[in-house]
Amino acid sequence: MRGEVVIAGIGATAFGKLGRDTISLNVEACRNALEDAGIEKDAVDALFVKTPTSRREFMYGQKLAAAMGLQPKLGGAWDQGGAANITLISFAAMAIAAGQCEIALVCYADDPRSGARDVYARPRGEDAAYGWFSTAAGYAMIHRRYVIEHRAPPEAFGAVAVTCRANGAANPRAQLRKAITMDDYLASPWVVEPLRRDDCCLVSDGGAAVVLMSAARARSLNVRAPVPILGFGHGQTSAPLHERATLTSTMAKVSAATAFKMAGISPQQVDVAQIYDCFTITVLMTLEDYGFCAPGHAAGFVAEGRIAHDGDFPINTSGGLLSESGMPGLQLVHEGVRQIRGTANRQVKNARFSLISNQGGVMDTHATLILGG
Amino acid sequence: MTLPLPERTTLTQPYWEALERQRLVFQECSCGQRWAAARPQCPKCLRTDRWQWRDASGRATLISWVIYHVAYHPAFAERLPYNVAIVELEEGPRMMTNVIVDDFADLKAGMPLELNVQHDFGVLLARFAPAR
Repeated sequence: MRGEVVIAGIGATAFGKLGRDTISLNVEACRNALEDAGIEKDAVDALFVKTPTSRREFMYGQKLAAAMGLQPKLGGAWDQGGAANITLISFAAMAIAAGQCEIALVCYADDPRSGARDVYARPRGEDAAYGWFSTAAGYAMIHRRYVIEHRAPPEAFGAVAVTCRANGAANPRAQLRKAITMDDYLASPWVVEPLRRDDCCLVSDGGAAVVLMSAARARSLNVRAPVPILGFGHGQTSAPLHERATLTSTMAKVSAATAFKMAGISPQQVDVAQIYDCFTITVLMTLEDYGFCAPGHAAGFVAEGRIAHDGDFPINTSGGLLSESGMPGLQLVHEGVRQIRGTANRQVKNARFSLISNQGGVMDTHATLILGG
Repeated sequence: MTLPLPERTTLTQPYWEALERQRLVFQECSCGQRWAAARPQCPKCLRTDRWQWRDASGRATLISWVIYHVAYHPAFAERLPYNVAIVELEEGPRMMTNVIVDDFADLKAGMPLELNVQHDFGVLLARFAPAR
């Protein structure tokens, strides 16, 4: 089904501190995505939403459908952390290809900045008495092990932060528009050592949505700028850190390999990538697990300036989670779409293959999307 | 905000009794799988009736660690900075713990450690210290 389904429209809310409930943010994002696709709400017959991270709600998909006045054939809410957005895009694409629905909305919204963010500080597993709290600490544990195994210098992590912050500073929609130097990064205070503040993504309110339909349907509806989905893949590590055979490679490898196989391209053919950057370590490990560089070689790869917007492998061209919005993942898909449309703020010339990685939990879930013209 | 503490259950009773003797136990299944965090079923063969408690030697090595400079729970606010570590028991299973050191600079990957059970927060904690 390579290229059979397209992303026909994208829409988002503002990013930052918004003080609005997640249903209203989802509705706004969906309305904007439908407008971008140039289609009417009533044409939508599937509605897939990633559950808000910061608050557990039951029947959330149905609440959203009710708020939108929709009676979809297919839909619901999916809980899989930050990889859920690309997973839902994949599910929607497969449902369209299988004839189960025709036009699908995939969306996500959350309000941890103005609402509750306890979820990111919660104890991990049964080990609260040892002080084992927070999402950040899990990534810090992996970061440390990566440094032990590969002798990566702090500057390797800093190169990711500096790149994303520079791209975010150039993005008028970004929540944090403040570029940093390597010295700023190195002086940034510890949160959970070895994580510095500038290794950590933003906490953001916001919503985003995409509209999917078949390529044939997009042609018949005269959709302005459809972007074909060439490949996707998934992989789930799904184990607490102390039960993983390795901390420095994950099922992201399987996710990427599946997507590359479906798209029929190699990692070396990717022109621009939006790499899930909840923490800088995630970017380094994704570069390796996806095959953009050899295992243990990400530090050298990023140090050469290749990931900057004018490098030969530009990443996170709108600022990523470190600078545009800490919202988990769908904004990266938007930027991947803009790169193929040729409308990105930091447009990569002649971008033909655009890749997006999503990741959730503490590297528990992984999803990969490849778009192309 | 109360600190969620580990509970004594029928399943974990032998684990707590071992800690009272300054010993650590882990589970081993007849399929060969060994694990440290107590659970009723083997994560490999999924059987509930083929595992036994085994005594750990108490010797372990340091796999990775982090140092908290921010308290995510008020119970740890006065303890900053503190470490949390993953250690690998000599018998194979890995677990989350704290390593008792005066200076975090003494923490080195692969360093030999030994069990040091401590009373804290009203429970027994299987901590580790550098091997003597």
